[in-house]
Amino acid sequence: MIIGGKETVLVQGITGKQGTFWSERMREYGTRIIGGVNPRRAGEKHLELPVWASAQDAAKEGKIDAAVMFVPPFGVKEAALDIIAAGIRKIVCLTEHVPVQDTMYFLAAARERGAQVIGPNTAGLVTTGVSFVGFMPAFNARVFQPGDIGVISRSGSLGTLLCLNLVQAGLGVSSFVGIGGDPIIGTTTRDALVALDRDPATKAIALVGEIGGAMEEAAAEYAATMKKPIAAFIAGAASPPGKKMGHAGAIVMGDRGSYAGKKAALEEAGVTVCATPNEVPGVIKARLGR
Amino acid sequence: MNFTEHAGKAVLRAAGIPTPQGIIARTPAEAADAARKIGKCVVKAQVPTGKRGKAGGIKLAATPEEATAHSKQILGMTIGEYVVDEVLIDPQVNIAREMYAAILNDPESQGPLLLFSPEGGMDIEEIAADHPDALLQVQINIIKGLDAEALAAAVRRYDPPAAGAITDILVKLYDAYRASDAELIEINPLVQMRDGHFVALDCKLTVDDSALPRNDALARTGSPDKTTELESRAKALHLKYIELDGEVGVLANGAGLTMTTMDAIRHFGGAPANFMEIGGDSYTKAIPALEIVLANPKVKSLLVNFCGAFARTDVMAEGVVNAWLELKPKIPIVFTIHGTGEDEAIAMVRERLGIEPYDLMDDAVKAAVAAAKGARA
Repeated sequence: MIIGGKETVLVQGITGKQGTFWSERMREYGTRIIGGVNPRRAGEKHLELPVWASAQDAAKEGKIDAAVMFVPPFGVKEAALDIIAAGIRKIVCLTEHVPVQDTMYFLAAARERGAQVIGPNTAGLVTTGVSFVGFMPAFNARVFQPGDIGVISRSGSLGTLLCLNLVQAGLGVSSFVGIGGDPIIGTTTRDALVALDRDPATKAIALVGEIGGAMEEAAAEYAATMKKPIAAFIAGAASPPGKKMGHAGAIVMGDRGSYAGKKAALEEAGVTVCATPNEVPGVIKARLGR
Repeated sequence: MNFTEHAGKAVLRAAGIPTPQGIIARTPAEAADAARKIGKCVVKAQVPTGKRGKAGGIKLAATPEEATAHSKQILGMTIGEYVVDEVLIDPQVNIAREMYAAILNDPESQGPLLLFSPEGGMDIEEIAADHPDALLQVQINIIKGLDAEALAAAVRRYDPPAAGAITDILVKLYDAYRASDAELIEINPLVQMRDGHFVALDCKLTVDDSALPRNDALARTGSPDKTTELESRAKALHLKYIELDGEVGVLANGAGLTMTTMDAIRHFGGAPANFMEIGGDSYTKAIPALEIVLANPKVKSLLVNFCGAFARTDVMAEGVVNAWLELKPKIPIVFTIHGTGEDEAIAMVRERLGIEPYDLMDDAVKAAVAAAKGARA
């Protein structure tokens, strides 16, 4: 789930306001946007790029490596099934408030075809200086500088703060993997950790987790086997149990998904858990001996 | 959204699962009327929360007089955070066996998970701990749907004579789960009566909030979360606001950053007064958001933490600055602003409010906590 510079990217919903704005930003940055999809505007040009009726139509004209969706919640399932049927292997779903049963449905379809889904409710992927997909401010030099720290985050805003704190401390980001804030997502914290562990450009990892679910616990099992140092911040220590704090995934039921449980699991795996995001860069520097 | 037992049972009945034919009562007199029609009955508090029995919210009544007495006691009772304003008068049934059945969204298998146990009537956690061998778990392929034959074969291991009837109920339960966009639908207990027939004696239903707009009719039968007056105001404006007990007001964008701001306040010795997120599409709503945060009299200082990716910090900051100048609050305000539009946002705060935003979030949090304590002294 790291986005490479050679990958071709299709934009579902390219003609909308956000689709247009972020397609322009992605293209300026170097992302290989090959066109977009809008069934009502098929055959037209938008941003001087072709618009197709479907991802399956687009795929007839050349290989597409990835697709990013600027699609409203109730349209996501059909759009994702179209992308999967087109044989596209990497799907970035930015949309928040996708019904969970719809998500489970297109994740099952993606598994059958061997496609990787990132999200829903993710801010996207960035490989600094090379390519980005989604709506992270990759082009903002105060947030993203080239470097060798991999960042994993459920949250876009908090991920942005963390990348910025790394820059303030003189560090930079190899790749950012936004996995999304929904309770059920295609790429888990553990999946992202495995990818960054295998990435030769990444020397250490900043992991931003959230209360709720069991993804940090599952990631901790893998972290215990890693040589690369990891510094983590888990959001939600001060959130009252049983309340939904914006992200649908961030809800603690009983002891399950609690801050204390996640912190203990990560620390046992050798991960340094920081009290605030501002502490993360210092910990990474110390653990890399810089 | 959570549903009461009565609302959940309507969903079960619509899918063809039998339930007792109970009557809702809002007063002891209505309860007596219902008991006269039904005969021996159970008086059940209707609140969307568990542990009703342990709280004294479920009582057997042999006569209308007993039903009146019980409902007098139960109506008005507080269970969890809910006040009981209606009871369900359900006919008593002849219970031969109590079982458990549920379908829920499972993050690990990323699909629906069916749970069945021939041991019911207690919490699923207790069943899992006390009778792990008696808990059937089936991961369902949501594209193909429930495989009734394979399920029947699995159920036969637990209860050969009734496997067909149980499977039939589980298939219908899956239909109800899909039709209602449930996160969880649970029958506990699923009762086999002395005549051999099955009936759902209780129902717990939680529907996915994201799917409510396409389930209008169902949503109207649900129990909205308890909200304070300010939370209701925020909800009407589609702002995500939760009122808390602390003294440092929080205005931030994005769920993750807002939670983190609250965590940092706690870490540096303060307490957050609220969760207020104006990220996503709501980043232009800084003015009403600020009004709501400041309407909480406990707020002694305000911490504004913006980190713009999708959201533009200049748009958010302009809203805050305008509202601040208009409302003229008598409390200190502290800013930390980063990301998209930060130069314009910081210049605006500096020029129009004469305040210097902090470069590090931790420093801003410490200042806001200190200011709240100073204001309180």
